[in-house]
Amino acid sequence: MRCIIVDDEASARAIVSELCKAIPEMEVVAEFPNALEALKFLKHETVDLIFLDIHMPKLTGVDFIEMANDPPKIVLTTSDKEFAIEAYGYEFIVDYLVKPITYERFQKCIIKLNNAFRQLATEQTENQLMQAEDEDLYINIDRRLIKLKFHDILLIEAQGDYIEIKTQHKQYRVHSTLKKIKEKLPQSRFLQIHRSFIINFTQIIDIQDNSVLIQRSVIPISRSNRPELMQRLNLL
Amino acid sequence: MAEQPNLDYIKEISGGNEDFEKKFLTIIQTEFPKEKNDYLENLESDNLEESAKIVHKIKHKLGILGLTGGYKLAIKYEEDLKYGDTKLKEEFKQILKSVEEFILKIA
Repeated sequence: MRCIIVDDEASARAIVSELCKAIPEMEVVAEFPNALEALKFLKHETVDLIFLDIHMPKLTGVDFIEMANDPPKIVLTTSDKEFAIEAYGYEFIVDYLVKPITYERFQKCIIKLNNAFRQLATEQTENQLMQAEDEDLYINIDRRLIKLKFHDILLIEAQGDYIEIKTQHKQYRVHSTLKKIKEKLPQSRFLQIHRSFIINFTQIIDIQDNSVLIQRSVIPISRSNRPELMQRLNLL
Repeated sequence: MAEQPNLDYIKEISGGNEDFEKKFLTIIQTEFPKEKNDYLENLESDNLEESAKIVHKIKHKLGILGLTGGYKLAIKYEEDLKYGDTKLKEEFKQILKSVEEFILKIA
């Protein structure tokens, strides 16, 4: 977790920095005595988290929040709980820490942060899957461009200079290679499990020995591709 | 007996890291006298709004140095100053004095 600390008090920055040292996944990449310098830094650097003081001269923490373009997760640090609660409405604010910050409270904050980042990762994966659902692929069959929805494709088999695309209800023979089509398919859904087969692994019915059952097709799994397939499965 | 500043909080945060403790005390020794002077200057010039802002910063240091009572008084005093009320200034001055003496002692 790359973070920065923004606080006009050097003593407050030193405390947060020392607390971060006790958390292995936390890396303090920079500290700033005012919000303006932090805003400049964020124009060319990305971080996962900002520890942000609310009470600062000139630009306050609240001003910073309003001026920052697409800010990362923020933890407010303040001596006044009321001010923190006021700013707590922003979705990217994960927590607020009342100064002086205790080690115990800081650890609770880290748990909250980990949960927030986990939720963010889940949302991003879901969005990717949803985008993949919406995307489609056009194939050229007898000078006719036919649209195939990714979620309809079950598997693709290499057959010499051709590939056979099997969907829920049809099969299409296209002059292309597995390598070419693989580049067009979303990795979140498709996986090559054999030198001649790419499958839509969300359509797997079962896996037995060294083969996968998709609809009524039994597809071999090569030894070299098996570990990746097993890694992608949500195994109990 | 009035409460005395201590290093319990700093020792808890440092987890025995003496380098941090030294570095931190140097920061306090630099920051506190400046904040105290700024506060007194603003109070003298009747700039109470600015005084309140500095009391806000000093308040954090009182908490760091284990002055629980002083911290609570600073919360009240900060609010009072915003409304132009300075009746707690003598009590606050005594707290500042105890911090100043402590800082000199550990220097």
